Amino acid sequence: MISAIYHWLDERLHLDGLIAPFRHKTVPVHRLTYWYFFGGITLFLFGVQVITGILLLLYYNAGANEAFESVQYIMTKVRYGWLIRSIHSWSANLMILTAFLHMFSVLFLKAYRKPRELTWVSGMLLLFLVMGFGFSGYLLPWNTLAFFATKVGTAMVGQVPIVGQPIMIFLRGGPQVTGATLIRFFGFHVAVLPGLVVILIAIHLFLVQRLGMSVPPKIEEEWIENPSARRDMKFFPNFMLREMMAWYVAIGVLGALAAIFPWNLGVKADPFGSAPAGIKPEWYFLFMFQTLKIIPSKVWFIDGEVLGVLGCGLVALLWLLLPFFDSMPPSRPKRWITGLAIFALMYVTGMSVYGYLAK
Amino acid sequence: MATLRNNFRMLRAVRTLGLAGAVVFAACLGYGQTTNSCLDCHSAMPDPLGVSQDKFSQDIHAQKGLSCTSCHGGDASSYDPSVSMGAKAGFKGKIDRRQVPQLCAGCHSNPAYMKQYDPGLRTDQLDQYHTSMHGKRLAAGDSKVAVCIDCHSVHDIRPPSDPRSTVNPVNIATTCSRCHSDAAYMKPYGIPTDQFANYKTSVHYQAMMVRGDLSAPTCTTCHGNHGATPPGVDKVQNVCANCHVFQAQMYEKSTHSKAFQSLGLPGCVVCHSNHGIHLPSDAMLGTGPQGVCMRCHQPGDKCDQARAAIQNGLMHLDGAITHADQTLSVAESSGMDVSEARLAQSQAKDELIKARVTIHTYQQALVDQDVQAGLKIAAKDEQAGKDAMIERDQRRIGLGICFFAIAIMLVGLWLFIRKIER
Repeated sequence: MISAIYHWLDERLHLDGLIAPFRHKTVPVHRLTYWYFFGGITLFLFGVQVITGILLLLYYNAGANEAFESVQYIMTKVRYGWLIRSIHSWSANLMILTAFLHMFSVLFLKAYRKPRELTWVSGMLLLFLVMGFGFSGYLLPWNTLAFFATKVGTAMVGQVPIVGQPIMIFLRGGPQVTGATLIRFFGFHVAVLPGLVVILIAIHLFLVQRLGMSVPPKIEEEWIENPSARRDMKFFPNFMLREMMAWYVAIGVLGALAAIFPWNLGVKADPFGSAPAGIKPEWYFLFMFQTLKIIPSKVWFIDGEVLGVLGCGLVALLWLLLPFFDSMPPSRPKRWITGLAIFALMYVTGMSVYGYLAK
Repeated sequence: MATLRNNFRMLRAVRTLGLAGAVVFAACLGYGQTTNSCLDCHSAMPDPLGVSQDKFSQDIHAQKGLSCTSCHGGDASSYDPSVSMGAKAGFKGKIDRRQVPQLCAGCHSNPAYMKQYDPGLRTDQLDQYHTSMHGKRLAAGDSKVAVCIDCHSVHDIRPPSDPRSTVNPVNIATTCSRCHSDAAYMKPYGIPTDQFANYKTSVHYQAMMVRGDLSAPTCTTCHGNHGATPPGVDKVQNVCANCHVFQAQMYEKSTHSKAFQSLGLPGCVVCHSNHGIHLPSDAMLGTGPQGVCMRCHQPGDKCDQARAAIQNGLMHLDGAITHADQTLSVAESSGMDVSEARLAQSQAKDELIKARVTIHTYQQALVDQDVQAGLKIAAKDEQAGKDAMIERDQRRIGLGICFFAIAIMLVGLWLFIRKIER
């Protein structure tokens, strides 16, 4: 039946020509192959986000007076609404986690080197956009924590000299975080960011397809010395089936988290209330938040917060352009980037833990 | 003898020189400022004649431009005591305690004059004072009773809104207690001196001093301030009714109101006491040490049966609310959203409060109406918590089924991969 339909379509659309590159695509098999799965898992979780996000849109009302109540309605009245919302929230967090893991795996496996610089740049832009998804989506239930986290987060943007204030006002839809900010963030979350992400995913996948999978330099050297040791597997169906197994595991993890730890709704935001004590951002912004906290209020003559925000921006820019600093031949990459990657991983992990434990 | 006379002359000369020196020194200190010879000298004197510049500058009258001469007369511009404190300058010297109310009223009972400082300020303090126990006794010649300066202090009088003022709500009880807790001072009057000690154990004191609620009652709230007098036995409920409106309305219509009146009992005070009013509890309806009903009623009589029924109803509702709260907390800790039931719980608690107020009707049927309304809500909330726990269990069963299905899929995929790679 399925093959009959396929033949019917192939006769008219010549699907074989389209699928051929996938049939020929191979994935190198070595002791670090499992790191290749994280890109696919991130993509799968993005798919989960799109589907659950669309379902949430059926009931969600953006607006300072309705947002909280509509999410509460989804959580308590809509059939399986709790499941959809909890999966959406947990999947968002897991997606950011797997995106970070994917980025660090690419970094440690040196997969960003020539000719894959643009794959890295598109991936990093995707990571920034995914964090933007997290930041904009966090406000949408309009609860107290989200309200004040947005207030603090957008105020940080306002610290950037010259352009900071206009950008902050643009993000907030005014000088303060209000219902206008919620509408704006909703727009970013469901229209602007998805559009940009879809384009970048297309570019990223095209580059991965075009350039093939990178092999870590050390393994590449071993294979050059011993060509018979080189092994590959077909992307379709062999790698794809393994990837599907990973997706099933991801579904299981999401289901377990949603059933055992349904995503908390919190208390409705009160713009006139005081910020809860010890307010912190979501875990993926915690390392930046803690960095800004430990910078003294004045460093020489520069305001500490301004310095911190500019520093974070500069580091993000340098991180985006990292492949272009690695100008050595692919087989002999500079060791300092590995050192930097180890330092970055330890810094992000350490600062996140410190931020979590700090009062 | 001549030597002795010479020594006296010497002493007089030294004293005169000393005083002159003090005046010149004080005048030098005040150089460039508006002359106030009173303060220049009196700030250098010990108590009771001493008034420091710093102390007087805190006084609302000084801040409004009044000076020593406004009350004491005299001429503050002269450093010659015979001029500044001369009869010609209308110097009054120390004001006699009995004259203080009249002196203060000279300005404070003059609406036209007071309007320029604060149009909202009352000007009937002296009239009120005359109606007070203090005023009546003063008129009868008792100069030990409180006059204006005993409560408002003197030379550093601050507005009542100033937290440092002796008549600020948080300080009033302490101010009154300076006399009323002094057993020796109050002995001639034969009234108790434990009011402040009792007040400090009361719910009103807790509200004022612990919660910082400045609207909470203090001495003057019930007794009046300038017209301070103990409320009459039959007027106590009117005093309490200023805040506890519903309780008073219900009490007025109750059988207890008439009974207490006929027995000459002081209304609310009979059950709640006066200065040491504690947070009421359902135990007040009981037969234990906190119980108040059985002080008058006989065990087993009709009223005792009603008392027991009312207390049981209240305790039943309180227990039902607590139990529903616990069930909802367990559901919440399992991640279930029970916010609607939580909101409804506040209504059940409102019904409990309402029932506790309705007690003042002393009618079991009316109290029972509120209790039943609260029980209905609490039962619904309890059920909401139980339903949430059932749903939680169903979710976990669903999760188990999903895990099983995923495991089958994973095994199937693994076998398929093995098959195609063989």
